[in-house]
Amino acid sequence: MAQTVTPILSVLPTRGLVDEKFKVALENLPPRFPVTLHSLHQSEDKDYWEAFGYYVSDDRGRVTVSQDASLGGTYTGAEPMGLLWSMRPVPGSRTGLRLRKMDVQSPMVVLISAYKGHVFEGFREQPPMASAVTERWYMAPGVQRIDIRERGVKGTIFIPQGPGPFPGVLDMWGGGGGLVEYRSALLASHGFVSMALDYLSFETFKTHNECLSYFEKVFSIIQQHPQVIKDRVGICGLSLGATVTLTMAAYCKSISPRCCVCISGSHVFPSGVSFAEVFQFKEMDMGKARLDEQKRVIWRDMILPIPTDPQRKVAMGRIKCPLLLVNGDDDQNWATVESAEDMAKMMRAAGNDHLLTTLTYHDAGHLIEPPYTPHFRASNFIVQHSKQKVVMLWGGQTKPHADAQEDSWEKILAFLRQHLYPCPSSSLPQAKL
Amino acid sequence: METNLWRLLLSVQPSRGLVDEKFSVRVQNAPPAHPLTMHALLHSEDGDTWEAFGHYVTDSGGDVNVSEDPSLGGTYDGVEPMGLLWSLRPAPGSRPGLRFRKRDAQTPMQVRLSVYQGHQSEGFMDRAVLASVMVERWYMAPGVRRVNITEGGVTGTLFLPPGPGPFPGLMDLWGGGGGLVEYRPALLASHGFASLALDYLKQADVKNEYFEDAYRVLQQHPQVCKNRIGLVGLSFGSSVALKMSVYSNVIQVRKCLHTSCLTCTELNQKKTRYNEENQVIWRDLLLPVPTDLSKKVDVGRLQCPLLLVVGEDDQNWPVPESADDMREMMEGAGNSHLLTVLSYPRAGHLIEPPYSPHCRAGTFMAAVIALWGGEVAPHSRAQEDAWRKTLDFLRENLYCSAD
Repeated sequence: MAQTVTPILSVLPTRGLVDEKFKVALENLPPRFPVTLHSLHQSEDKDYWEAFGYYVSDDRGRVTVSQDASLGGTYTGAEPMGLLWSMRPVPGSRTGLRLRKMDVQSPMVVLISAYKGHVFEGFREQPPMASAVTERWYMAPGVQRIDIRERGVKGTIFIPQGPGPFPGVLDMWGGGGGLVEYRSALLASHGFVSMALDYLSFETFKTHNECLSYFEKVFSIIQQHPQVIKDRVGICGLSLGATVTLTMAAYCKSISPRCCVCISGSHVFPSGVSFAEVFQFKEMDMGKARLDEQKRVIWRDMILPIPTDPQRKVAMGRIKCPLLLVNGDDDQNWATVESAEDMAKMMRAAGNDHLLTTLTYHDAGHLIEPPYTPHFRASNFIVQHSKQKVVMLWGGQTKPHADAQEDSWEKILAFLRQHLYPCPSSSLPQAKL
Repeated sequence: METNLWRLLLSVQPSRGLVDEKFSVRVQNAPPAHPLTMHALLHSEDGDTWEAFGHYVTDSGGDVNVSEDPSLGGTYDGVEPMGLLWSLRPAPGSRPGLRFRKRDAQTPMQVRLSVYQGHQSEGFMDRAVLASVMVERWYMAPGVRRVNITEGGVTGTLFLPPGPGPFPGLMDLWGGGGGLVEYRPALLASHGFASLALDYLKQADVKNEYFEDAYRVLQQHPQVCKNRIGLVGLSFGSSVALKMSVYSNVIQVRKCLHTSCLTCTELNQKKTRYNEENQVIWRDLLLPVPTDLSKKVDVGRLQCPLLLVVGEDDQNWPVPESADDMREMMEGAGNSHLLTVLSYPRAGHLIEPPYSPHCRAGTFMAAVIALWGGEVAPHSRAQEDAWRKTLDFLRENLYCSAD
């Protein structure tokens, strides 16, 4: 009887946090045997995502993904986490998809399989040699999730395990809107009380002052929480959320964030001069929006050239806390690199540039998210004010973008810890990483 | 104004692990050269509380790394990455004779790891904690399926690994305590073996046919490789399994693994002893090992590889003596090349999957407190080493060799 090949596939840890690395290994193959390692995930929207890499077993019949080079597939080279970050919708899927976990209380479940030979399609039609299931969690065990519906504010607070109190982070997402919880859940898993906020459904952004008082109220909700250390609250914002973050830090009188993280953001008001108009997008100079050859929308030129009129941008000289900027230089959605340069200029002139640290990632796009989640160069987007459905070009190339997500997340966590976790040896908060 | 000058960061990776996975426990952001106590707390399904602790001093960076730094005292000492789990013992004031066993294999053990100021040895529930995290320890990997088996008069639970299969099979036979013990087969399935936990002590008089029926059920399962089946036994289950593998015409096992096994089946009740704590020592009941072949399993007739795991401080059964006798019999019969013996000094009778609490003496059949033997640290090391070698043995014999 012919020898049947039954390899042993292991994924450790079997249940990890989304930002934890895993080790995928195959044993008990014949030596020099070609295999394909494949990952499969079904999203909450029921779409299927997959990634795969081609390997050849060594003389002992083993494949160790963290060390061996993938010879082809959706990623190449020695990439321990390639089976996650290079995932893309399976052939035949709907277009313009973006993978985001909306229910953070359950894990992402990923099926990892080993196939004979180097396969590039039809994975569902043939049985694999072996499979393993791994869970990827945004919430560590014991992290609490609490709905916030008070004083007109809609959000979710995540509280770490333990006696507390803890430092706090207000987590601001972008112009896509909705209540996006996963980054907050992950921040809580790292020891920060974190509040995710749905601020675009707040209907009454009429005046500049109404906006400021809304965000002051939001900040105070997290600051006054019994589990939060009052003078150790920071703000983290992505895209439009970054602009909001800068505005809060510069103009809100009763707020003093201990530090701010701005990912893919700009200090330029996209339209006109008022904070309120930031949310209304009314005056946005849509004339400068472009379409690429695949009719995907490019917004990056809309704030270019960076205005010299100080009324059209946040007064960076008023920022009093350490500020970390994280940008991708292939950002097609917002001119973040140019903005960062201008912010540095303004802060140098004002004498507070010692507070500024800028990280710029080559060939990364706009959506710099927690690591090991897939990159999408473009995806479906509903423009808030017009409800128009477009395909938005975010930019970035998969591998550099994945590297940027991994590196920036580590640095964001280190920055938040440094400034928000009281340290025995520190007296003054330090500005630079 | 801040009342705390500093706040600790406690992290455990992975926060959700398999029971036999190592974890890494780190404390950061404390002052340098600062005394701290790492503490573990576990509530059993019966409502008992188990705890472990180690005393540490932070390094010059204000960090403690349990995998690399020594515990200076507590329920374990020295550099012990998993000491907070294997040295768990019943909290002061607990009922006597407790043994930690998870009945529900589908939910995790939940261990609370905490950091306390200074070097504490008691009164943990009354002290303020500096930081705390919950850690899950699972017997079942994601994707493992649990199937109730009630066919052909056989009662058991089958655990199937994820994937298309078919998989090598294992029949898992527990000890004289009886009942359906699922956690080890669940863990074995998490390592790629279709594992059947068998409830065989329900009737006073269990017939051989019951085991043969169970074996057939396993063998005929569509996801099990028919000719890649092994037997795993602990204590009384080992003896049963050994008997089956030698004498049964139905059961043709690929390999056997036995922990704390005996060949002899006759008991001399008069030889029961008690130690100074009134715990029952049964090891002499089966000594001396008889020379009469009719009184023991004739292992000279065994045809498959056999792994014996022996605790040299076994106070329950004379396992070391039995192992010696088995080796002698097999050398005489010319099949000793099939035998591997793992013998652990100062380990006791209950050699279980690693990082679970050690039980030197425990309630048996709700009647007496049996002395199992073993000392905490050597027994725990034995569990860790034996489990790794067990998995290697199972893989080698059930996954690797040609048909």
